[in-house]
Amino acid sequence: MSLPSDFLGRMLFILHEYGPSFLRGAGKTMAIAIVGTLVGCIIGFAVGIVQTIPVSKNDSFAKRFLLKTVKIISNIYVEIFRGTPMMVQAMFIFYGSSALFNFNMSIVFASYFIVSINTGAYMAETVRGGILSIDPGQTEGAKAIGMTHFQTMINVIMPQAIRNIMPQIGNNLIINIKDTCVLSVIGVVELFYATKGVAGAYYTYFEAFTITMIIYFILTFTCSRILRHWEKKMDGPDSYDLATTDTLAYTSGMVRFPDPKEKEDR
Amino acid sequence: MADEKVLEIHHLSKTFGTNVVLRDIDFSVRAGDVTCIIGASGSGKSTLLRCINLLETPTTGEILYHDVDITDRKVSVPSYRTKVGMVFQNFNLFNNMTVLENCMVGQIKVLKKDKEEAKKKAMMFLEKVGMAPYINAKPRQLSGGQKQRVAIARALAMEPEILLFDEPTSALDPQMVGEVLAVMRTLASEGLTMIIVTHEMAFARDVSNRVVYMAGGVIEEEGNPADIFGNPQKSSTKEFLNRFMQG
Repeated sequence: MSLPSDFLGRMLFILHEYGPSFLRGAGKTMAIAIVGTLVGCIIGFAVGIVQTIPVSKNDSFAKRFLLKTVKIISNIYVEIFRGTPMMVQAMFIFYGSSALFNFNMSIVFASYFIVSINTGAYMAETVRGGILSIDPGQTEGAKAIGMTHFQTMINVIMPQAIRNIMPQIGNNLIINIKDTCVLSVIGVVELFYATKGVAGAYYTYFEAFTITMIIYFILTFTCSRILRHWEKKMDGPDSYDLATTDTLAYTSGMVRFPDPKEKEDR
Repeated sequence: MADEKVLEIHHLSKTFGTNVVLRDIDFSVRAGDVTCIIGASGSGKSTLLRCINLLETPTTGEILYHDVDITDRKVSVPSYRTKVGMVFQNFNLFNNMTVLENCMVGQIKVLKKDKEEAKKKAMMFLEKVGMAPYINAKPRQLSGGQKQRVAIARALAMEPEILLFDEPTSALDPQMVGEVLAVMRTLASEGLTMIIVTHEMAFARDVSNRVVYMAGGVIEEEGNPADIFGNPQKSSTKEFLNRFMQG
């Protein structure tokens, strides 16, 4: 089979010939992005929550010391992984782990690992921001009914903070879908790496990367729509049902309380 | 039993940096007392209330709840707070929960009650404040007065011994003030021990059996409402009340 002479024809040709390569690449890209975002979120929540634990003078010395140490370590983690390029981190971790610790990561494990800790560093700040964005009154309300700091976080603050940072989580997922392509430097066969291989076979760079552009866009656009829909669902319905059989019995603002003062006046 | 002091405050002071907000406060509450704390803004009323709930840590002094000093580090603050509930000026309902869930979460998570029991109790108190039809609503869908009534039901659902009210009607318009005060009157008539920081002088006069007037971080004068409102001893109290009664 020879290469067609027109652009569209060539595109269809390589799609026909190498379709599975693109699909496998896209699949790997999505797997790395989704796993990386999820694990990154978990890391981010852990770090973000730790960083917002209040320390009071009444706490024991051991607790204060431990918290301080953990906070410093998590700060260093955030600053280092936010402050260096993921491509360099990939090289550093993948080759460094075998050179320094004689630990040979598989390429796939390395890519999950790198995307996760990178996302974690960004998410830590996002989660911290999300927690700070919740009105302190919510915490006071929870404390006033006897909740501990941990219970307050789980039941009251985090559910609201997560809703507020959903757009940022979506942002991170989309960034991860695109940025996994830098992992091609350690040789993981994701979409970009796969495309390079396909393009090289017939020297059809423009055609192959046009297809890849379209695939990337479909992936990110679909994800952003799904997340938007999910956000709407989290908000719940705009209206509510009155819990009464007689719909005319209590409509808003109609409840009247007997005012003892009024009785006296009469 | 009725004369038993449930809450005693000795030499309580609170400073924020160099700013002294409360100065050597002595004050006690007996079971069944309805105490209203009145005074100008910035006189330390709310801070006193927040100290009683330990939302602010007192700088010095002690707070005895049934003769146990709760400012002691060894005392469990969360379990004390289940006994001394609080209603806030800004309601502070949990925005991520429905009205019913707001009234159930404390019972389930803190008091470890099962769901059915918690629901029953929550419904009972929501009924009492007239919010039973709204159990499925989220706080953002309610008016201010409705929110405050739910907040009262939430606090009551924990079955506290004392309920603290921090200017419960200050964020409400006059009509809503009425519906919230009506609920509070009912509670007072049922013998719930309450400490109320308020600017509603008529309410303080009619409902409370003790009135505390605060100014500049100290208790200027306290006594029964008839004396405070009818025959105030100090000139500062007189002046404050005059301003209010005219307004």
